[in-house]
Amino acid sequence: MTQLPPPSAKKLGLVIDLDTCVGCHACVISCKGWNTENYGAPLSDQNAYSGAASGTFLNRVHSYEVQPDEGTAQLIHFPKSCLHCEDAPCVTVCPTGASYKRSEDGIVLVNESDCIGCGLCAWACPYGARELDAAEGVMKKCTLCVDRIYNENLPEEDREPACVRTCPAGARHFGDLGDPGSAVSQLVEERGGFDLMPELGTKPVNKYLPPRPKDVEPDINVLAPYLEPVAQDGAGLIHWLDKALSALPGGSK
Amino acid sequence: MHPAPSVILFNTFSGLGFGLLFWLGFDATPPTGWIAFAFFALAYIMAVGGLLASLFHLGHPERFLKAFSQWKTSWLSREGICAVAALTLMALYGAGLVFFDTNIAPLGWIGGLLSLGVIFTTSMIYAQMNTVPRWKHWSTPALFLLLALGGGALFAAKITFATVLLILAGLAALVHWFVGDRRMAASGTTLATATGLGHIGSVTAFEPPHTGTNYLLKEFAFEVGRKHAQALRLISMLLGFVVPVLALLYLPGHFGAGVAVLCHIAGVLALRWLFFAQAEHVVALYYGKR
Repeated sequence: MTQLPPPSAKKLGLVIDLDTCVGCHACVISCKGWNTENYGAPLSDQNAYSGAASGTFLNRVHSYEVQPDEGTAQLIHFPKSCLHCEDAPCVTVCPTGASYKRSEDGIVLVNESDCIGCGLCAWACPYGARELDAAEGVMKKCTLCVDRIYNENLPEEDREPACVRTCPAGARHFGDLGDPGSAVSQLVEERGGFDLMPELGTKPVNKYLPPRPKDVEPDINVLAPYLEPVAQDGAGLIHWLDKALSALPGGSK
Repeated sequence: MHPAPSVILFNTFSGLGFGLLFWLGFDATPPTGWIAFAFFALAYIMAVGGLLASLFHLGHPERFLKAFSQWKTSWLSREGICAVAALTLMALYGAGLVFFDTNIAPLGWIGGLLSLGVIFTTSMIYAQMNTVPRWKHWSTPALFLLLALGGGALFAAKITFATVLLILAGLAALVHWFVGDRRMAASGTTLATATGLGHIGSVTAFEPPHTGTNYLLKEFAFEVGRKHAQALRLISMLLGFVVPVLALLYLPGHFGAGVAVLCHIAGVLALRWLFFAQAEHVVALYYGKR
């Protein structure tokens, strides 16, 4: 049923550190790789080798420029995938029951054999987390790598989402955000993790950590005092040259 | 939002078809025999034709039966159930009139109300979307219901009702446009809240995640044609409401009704197109688009 289950105690999700992300898109590629080869319909591409290429991705990295009132602009890389919302609007609009939120760990999934490809769940999602696969005609979304995190055939260090496992910067963290003592919850607490579009009331489980404030560079140039302009004392050859050149027609005063 | 032709045809013609079924159901002196057959055939061609057009919009139309299951939460599921119930009851009511010259009035009333239910549930599919502030407003169901009632009355040759309801539908369209133009700003959702980076400074989209296009941009960031939005609004207002009302008032007989019907359909097609083309989905903010 597409009725939302009561809030689960366990809320598996991601914490994404916008201070650390370098915008390499490795998470995008590992996500596409794992989810094309494993659970559900593969993530197709259309015209992959032409100028008009497009395709299905479950995770995409935007880049934003943020200009503070004072100081230089910052470039912030911004990975975005399903936030596994507690009040997931994508689930309740589904007419077939294909979209559902798991009562045991809060993961939002699509049962692809029930999906009619109407696209309403993608309309209801404010985050662009759902994409209708053009080849399969079914809705694709982040599964939080449900086929990795509980998979006892994988070595223990691989039992986390592919995007987290592959991130070379350590900008992605996976864990139980329902447990206040978990490492991810602590991280959110320490760094002031926030929700995307909180005004829409979706209560996302995934959190974002803000970029740390930039340092202000102190003036430490010890040689600068020795490099004052030389011709300010009104004497010597340079001063005479300055006066003579300024006196010429069109000369700079 | 991408104005898919199949969905525009569905909204236009199913609206008119179920509107006509409503008036047939509530007719105190309904037509019988061949005249009834013509009315019901027209209503079913429009209502069912529109539903079939929307089926083509699906990725897996063959699984449509599953869509009746989630009526507890899904307006699309409720719409499907209402449509099947309305079409079944109105078919029985129509069969009574066409073949047996019998008016089973209560069947018509229930079927008529269910037909309005189809229009309402359709409108709520749009009006429930938090992500599309323009649609998330009472004027969306008001517009859909008045369009169906007015257009249906026009097809059912209820001239007085049609005149009044088309004027009301035109006013509802004006309200929907006027309020709608301010909904996105009023929602408070911006790129700053979308990224949560507004506390640092002003946020602009620097580089998109992909060089080509994708499903999200095709479906939600439709910007073509907004340039001509005001001209299209004028056209849909004139053709959809002003000309039909004038034709009903000053051109009596079949010629006036014909002009009114054809102009109304053209105007409503333009209006339904604008309903999608002008709607802004918040996900477009992530791409620095509207």
